[in-house]
Amino acid sequence: MRKVKNKMIDISRKTGLLALAAAAAIGLPLLAAPAGAASDAVKPIQLDWSFEGVFGVYDRDALRRGYKVYKEVCAVCHSMELVRFRNLMEPGGPEFSEGQVKALAADIVVVDGPDSSGEMFERPGEPKDRFPSPYPNPEAAAAALGAPAPDLSVIAKARPDGVNYLHSLLVGYTDAPEGFEVLPGLSYNTYFPGHVLAMPRPLSDGQVDYEDGTPNTVDQMAKDVTHFLMWTAEPKLEQRHRIGFQVMIYLVLLSGFLWFAMRKVWSDQH
Amino acid sequence: MSHQSTYTPGNGFSRWMDERLPIMRLVNDSFVDYPVPKNLNYWWTFGAVLSFCLAVQIVTGVVLAMHYIPTTELAFASVEHIMRDVNYGWLIRYIHSNGASMFFIAVYIHMFRGLYYGSYKAPREVLWILGVLIYLLMMATAFFGYVLPWGQMSFWGATVITNLFGAIPLVGEALRTWLWGDFAVGDPTLNRFFSLHYLFPFLIAGVVVLHVWALHVSGQGNPAGIEVKDPKKDTVAFTPYATMKDAFGLAIFMILFAYFVFFNPNALGEPDNYIIADPMKTPAHIVPEWYLLPFYAILRAVPDKLGGVVLMFGAIAILFVLPWLDTSKVRSARFRPLFKQFFWIFVVACIGLGYCGGQSPDKILIAVGDGGFDVTDLSRVLTVYYFAHFLVLFPVLGLIEKPKPLPESIAASVLSGTRQDKATS
Amino acid sequence: MAQTHAVEPTRRDFLYVATGSFAAVGAAFAVWPLIDQMNPDASVLALASIEVDISNIPVGQESTFKWRGKPVFIRHRSDAEIAAAESVDVAALPDPEADEARVRPGPSGELEKKWLVVIGVCTHLGCVPLSYRGEFDGYFCPCHGSVYDTSGRIRKGPAPTNLEVPPYEFVSDSRILIG
Repeated sequence: MRKVKNKMIDISRKTGLLALAAAAAIGLPLLAAPAGAASDAVKPIQLDWSFEGVFGVYDRDALRRGYKVYKEVCAVCHSMELVRFRNLMEPGGPEFSEGQVKALAADIVVVDGPDSSGEMFERPGEPKDRFPSPYPNPEAAAAALGAPAPDLSVIAKARPDGVNYLHSLLVGYTDAPEGFEVLPGLSYNTYFPGHVLAMPRPLSDGQVDYEDGTPNTVDQMAKDVTHFLMWTAEPKLEQRHRIGFQVMIYLVLLSGFLWFAMRKVWSDQH
Repeated sequence: MSHQSTYTPGNGFSRWMDERLPIMRLVNDSFVDYPVPKNLNYWWTFGAVLSFCLAVQIVTGVVLAMHYIPTTELAFASVEHIMRDVNYGWLIRYIHSNGASMFFIAVYIHMFRGLYYGSYKAPREVLWILGVLIYLLMMATAFFGYVLPWGQMSFWGATVITNLFGAIPLVGEALRTWLWGDFAVGDPTLNRFFSLHYLFPFLIAGVVVLHVWALHVSGQGNPAGIEVKDPKKDTVAFTPYATMKDAFGLAIFMILFAYFVFFNPNALGEPDNYIIADPMKTPAHIVPEWYLLPFYAILRAVPDKLGGVVLMFGAIAILFVLPWLDTSKVRSARFRPLFKQFFWIFVVACIGLGYCGGQSPDKILIAVGDGGFDVTDLSRVLTVYYFAHFLVLFPVLGLIEKPKPLPESIAASVLSGTRQDKATS
Repeated sequence: MAQTHAVEPTRRDFLYVATGSFAAVGAAFAVWPLIDQMNPDASVLALASIEVDISNIPVGQESTFKWRGKPVFIRHRSDAEIAAAESVDVAALPDPEADEARVRPGPSGELEKKWLVVIGVCTHLGCVPLSYRGEFDGYFCPCHGSVYDTSGRIRKGPAPTNLEVPPYEFVSDSRILIG
């Protein structure tokens, strides 16, 4: 009886220690990690996104609407140099058809060359081309806009709580509170660190036509373009979740096999 | 412990080979018939876990190096190319970046195991020193590797750490310029860090070989901290007993690893590193990766630049001499009640230092009037404790504490069904 | 001496076999990405096909395009060149191949004999042959003297096979898609 009790204490102690180790192993780095948010930053509006969680996937319609918002509003000032037109037809994203992507690409003009006489020439865009940048380099952008407009390719991962922050930023333009001075040319935003930024409010109700009939409110457009920006930052998210689920099942089963095999090996010792 | 080889070649070819290059004999004597104490607990599986981590990092690293471009103009974009275009590139990259964190989680558990059970004590001093050397090489490797994606943290972390060398009197400036190959962190720096990042893991592998060799000379320590008396009763063969236990421990470890890689791949990183490096713009908070934070806290705790550097390196250097600081004749903290309590305080102190390293130095923790007790104050308290733990407690505790009675033998401690400190007979 | 458990060497325990097999399968799945990553990636595959405009190539002239890192010659053949290519005893060629087999149908469905599309890599050791040179006014490779005709077929010299015709099709009268 005492042997059983001692064994129970032993097992619970071992499990407890292992759980502690696991908690420390996960908690310790996570505890140390988030120093990003400044102490006076306003916490962004917390939304539920379809791509969050173990089974998260993108909402294709949101991605397509978001692309339209990006193209018609954001791309005027912001580059997105890491994304190419062909990405729009790859699985796990907006999944436009090849014809649609060719048409979208052909809308832009690309400088190519040199040709056989050594001259650079212009041609219509093709799926292999990158999204066009509004300015040739960051210095030109900063000179034209007053401040650099960051490239948006991975912006959703480049800010703490990225997707919630981006959505909040886009809906967070408001009048400055009493006594708060905003220099001319700048705007007040509830969610921007320091509250004053050079980007003027980019979205107004009804600004972008939605072909699928979704109401084109500022909040909806903000959600859609943020959704799109998450995809540009993590185009492989769906594949990652899918393989991850399979890997987890496999590892749990493998652990089970190994547990029983180990116990069998050790059975002559106890 | 060194023991007679039990290997007998099974066939003609094995016999022929054994006379020329006895590699199968070595494998048999080191990993098959090699005796290990039978009371080893799961904390002893982390050696195998660490070997696995090293292998994973080397394999994924070599693969990444097939696609990475080490120039300031293309580094960031080449990493994104890996994430987007290279077949399974996203997977290999996330395994490598999270693998580094997993490697450090495992090494800290492994080191704390050593501290708790007295694994550093005679005759395992050299084993311990080799381990600290591996740890040091790991930190250097991780530092070089973190620069390679060329994000904001890559650049500014490199700038801060290389600037530290400028604090060394007389040779500091020249040394720093020599490290940079330039007047600031730039293309020459990035390129050489890539080369060194590729090299160092193989140095680590070499020291690991020495580490395992040293281990096999003395044999494994064990949770009771007592020597093997009768190998027939106290030990089991490494294969299959320890092999299977290690395999199981590794599978559990892989579940945690897979969680990060597949479901939270950026949780342990810094968002700022997804902003391409800008030498003209310093981020609001420069932080190294989480596993370097305790030392970063110690560095910042000292107001003097050189003092901070000395203390930071001192915090690692002191680990080398641990075996000679601890005066106790008893190895395992199981039987050292005072030492055990201070061990847990030390663990909390290290976690605390890690927390401090990641916070803004002037962040107020306990408000008192206009100011209060801030992160720097806490860092100082914890730094003092860190050094006092080794320089004061280690010598003193061994002399003043009354250890609990040790078990008769390893076999006895296993047969009692639980640890001997519970049983009284 | 280390203690070993008594196991008959010939006994195969189902649990161990199952565990080992399960682990091996997992290892195989884990190894695949490490191998596949060396296969051409998405950016390379995106360049695997090119669409070229042939409307600017006059009769009797040729244009060179880069496709998958190699030169592709697109020759606008004159009637004389086509006739010369067809009036050959195919069976007597070093690499017998009729000219008709080396051209493709246009959008109308008829063979577009006036367009010859060949990869400009000599099948001997890989040099780029010179156009409109050699005895047949086809191609001549200066490296080791291989001579090709107006259908890109090897006639003289060390090259073993005809110039390779890449996969291509007419997407319109003036544009062809290679690859």
